[in-house]
Amino acid sequence: MAGTNQTPTEYIQHHLQNLTFGRHPEHGWSMAHSAEEASEMGFWAIHLDTMGWSIGLGIIFLLVFRKAGKLATTGVPSGLQNFVELMVEFVDNSVKETFHGKSRLIAPLSLTIFCWVFLMNLMDLVPVDFLPMLAQKVGGFFGADPQHVYFKVVPTTDVNATLGMSLSVFALVIFYTIRAKGFTGFIGDLTLHPFNTPNKLLQALFVPINFVLEAVTLLAKPVSLGLRLFGNLYAGELIFILIAIIGLWQLPLHFTWAVFHLLVITLQAFIFMMLTIVYLSMAVEQH
Amino acid sequence: MNLNLTLIGQAIAFAFFVWFCMKFVWPPIMQALQERQKKIADGLDAASRATRDLELAQEQANETLRESKEQAAEILEQARKRSTQMVEEARDSARLEGERMINNAKSEIEQEINRAKEELRAQVSRLAIEGAERILEASIDEKQHGQLVDKLAKEL
Repeated sequence: MAGTNQTPTEYIQHHLQNLTFGRHPEHGWSMAHSAEEASEMGFWAIHLDTMGWSIGLGIIFLLVFRKAGKLATTGVPSGLQNFVELMVEFVDNSVKETFHGKSRLIAPLSLTIFCWVFLMNLMDLVPVDFLPMLAQKVGGFFGADPQHVYFKVVPTTDVNATLGMSLSVFALVIFYTIRAKGFTGFIGDLTLHPFNTPNKLLQALFVPINFVLEAVTLLAKPVSLGLRLFGNLYAGELIFILIAIIGLWQLPLHFTWAVFHLLVITLQAFIFMMLTIVYLSMAVEQH
Repeated sequence: MNLNLTLIGQAIAFAFFVWFCMKFVWPPIMQALQERQKKIADGLDAASRATRDLELAQEQANETLRESKEQAAEILEQARKRSTQMVEEARDSARLEGERMINNAKSEIEQEINRAKEELRAQVSRLAIEGAERILEASIDEKQHGQLVDKLAKEL
């Protein structure tokens, strides 16, 4: 446990609070000192830990892959190149199997999603107290009250991060739909399915019903995409925190859950990637 | 779980990463992969071509070997024929030579016999004359009886 004078509830809440910087109605632009202050900031706040870790991990991913790309030879590949090529081919095959259109964007997009989400999920395996305690020490060094230094290491347990990505994918889906079928095609997709009839009058009656149904289908895509990743990782993180409460006996439990979680984080990264490809291929293909 | 600016920040970071990946990460790796694919395909091609060449060369070698074997057999056959011929010839010439030598020897023997006969005849006639002289105690006209004695001697 991080603090000696914390109740388990406080400990869990402390762990689930992001390091927030934002515009507080009373204090102006400042760090949030508590969960209440953070929520009072409303929309005009940013989670520094989420942003820091996600950007840092993204840069690590890009640097490693960029290095491998620069060193790539047509001869016998070395260790790093082997690994990178394995990932690239795996993603490329997944894309080719599902997405039948031609796009220079989809494959790199999928690779970025898979590796980035995987790396962000991977932070879940770092013992839950290591980095937050380090952050508290650093925060204390700079004069902050360690009790008020919040630090959430796993970006994908922040719903902002997952929704940020899924909404970007959603924007791409709409863009691709409009590009492939035109704006009228996009509207037609929304209003002429699933109920379709040659009778014009009856069709006019069906349009609003179709629109409601299709709008729900469309909007459910980004929401479910983002919340699925968030929910899985949030639950995993919560269980890690709960295990951390029980003291010495956490070690075997922690190990077991970490092994299981290793599967979950890979699977979730893969699912996020696959669903992105599927949504985009659905956007391009005609019904 | 507040929705806030992080969402937009994350979307921007995401867009940047995807852009970077598309521009600088994906193309060189893909290019290397494709080039290697081509290289491997070329290599396999060359290997199959080489196998075909090898097969051809082996076939040719077998052909040459067969031909040379045939030639060798032919040469051997000729040599055997030639040798039997030579032996035959040698045997013939040896037989001819032998016959010639036998004939020579025979004629020589004939001559010897004739000479011996002549001598013997002469001696016998002389002995007969001497004997007759002794018996008759009288000289015999050699001219007169010579003919007689010769006749006698020829009858021997």
